[in-house]
Amino acid sequence: MSEATFTLDGKTIPFREGQTIMQAAMAAAAYIPRLCYHPGLKPHGSCKLCTVKVNGRHTASCTYQAQPGLAVESDTEELNGERRSLLQMLFVEGNHFCPSCEASGNCQLQATAYELKMMTPHYDHFFPDRPVDASHPEYLLDFNRCILCSLCVRASRDVDGKNVFALAERGIKTRLIVNAESGLLADTNFSADDMAAHVCPVGVILRKRTGFSVPIGQRTYDINPISALPQPKAGES
Amino acid sequence: MATAPGPKLKVATVSLAGCFGCHMSLLDIDERLFDLVELVEFDRSPLTDIKHCGPCDIGYIEGGVCNAENVQVLREFRANCRTLISVGACAINGGLPAQRNHLPLSAVLDEIYQSGPCIATGCTIPNDPELPLLLNKVHPIHEVVKVDYFIPGCPPSADAIWKALNDIIAGREPNLGHGLIHYD
Repeated sequence: MSEATFTLDGKTIPFREGQTIMQAAMAAAAYIPRLCYHPGLKPHGSCKLCTVKVNGRHTASCTYQAQPGLAVESDTEELNGERRSLLQMLFVEGNHFCPSCEASGNCQLQATAYELKMMTPHYDHFFPDRPVDASHPEYLLDFNRCILCSLCVRASRDVDGKNVFALAERGIKTRLIVNAESGLLADTNFSADDMAAHVCPVGVILRKRTGFSVPIGQRTYDINPISALPQPKAGES
Repeated sequence: MATAPGPKLKVATVSLAGCFGCHMSLLDIDERLFDLVELVEFDRSPLTDIKHCGPCDIGYIEGGVCNAENVQVLREFRANCRTLISVGACAINGGLPAQRNHLPLSAVLDEIYQSGPCIATGCTIPNDPELPLLLNKVHPIHEVVKVDYFIPGCPPSADAIWKALNDIIAGREPNLGHGLIHYD
């Protein structure tokens, strides 16, 4: 019997039973924009960047199971326009000042915005007040850049078994918190070996004393656009 | 860049709450400036020292809006320029000056002019009527007037500016590919 397949923008993608559209696409080296999905963690389906059209209906490709014969659209003007609007909302909700950010050039939010040709954040900026947490001797938390993808929450809870991070409150008030009575990272058992220390797609969880060590022009996404890089596998950050 | 079919396009440029870096980057197009001046002539700009903007085809705005004068100048540009371009991080998201936005303005002025380190006793916050009043927050220019095109970067590279200007002069939307689109 031939392998089960579906089509993504007309291209045939093979899949194994139980795989999501995102997993099958990544295995076939086909790029679907994403920010809250990581192959080593359970999908969250919250950033909606990976929204595709399956048989004409919108769905998150990281949570939708692949089925034989599906016609999936991803790289279309309509979907990329919607993704650009989502990115613009993420940019104005936080404080994303790329020129002074240590993650610039290695940031998935920035690289995805380049990929989708976001020329402006378009909306009015919130300019929220989010103090940083520099209490930990090795790591800094700069909440200004948090996009609430929950990757650190899932990595710490499901892989590290530590529950260091959580998303508190609801809706527009949702924010990343640290699970300690003081609310400070220094008062947790967070360590540099944790998956949570390496999974942040933006510039929130930063290792101290290593910032700006790679010169402009040699950073991850200076060299290749995010769509052209090898797709990460489970176990890689 | 093609040769000019008709009269030269009029271009006005200004730096609002910016550092003139985006003007330096414009000058970094180097010998391509010879091609550019075949196609455009400059109205109000730090390059001409003309004080007010007349009717123009293109307005090139660097910097965000941090005081009342910035708002006035920006509105003058919008009223006079057929196409307005927001150039660089500060014009597009407020940039470095906007990093004061989470602080109350009074606290910023107090720390800088009265209570901060290395301030002599008896110093006061400048209050000369010539000085434009600061806004409570620094804003990107698209929050104040309609903007037609954006060239991101801190500053955008000379190649990015050259590509975007070529596209705009040819009547196309600027299309910056990998390596030219940058937010830093």
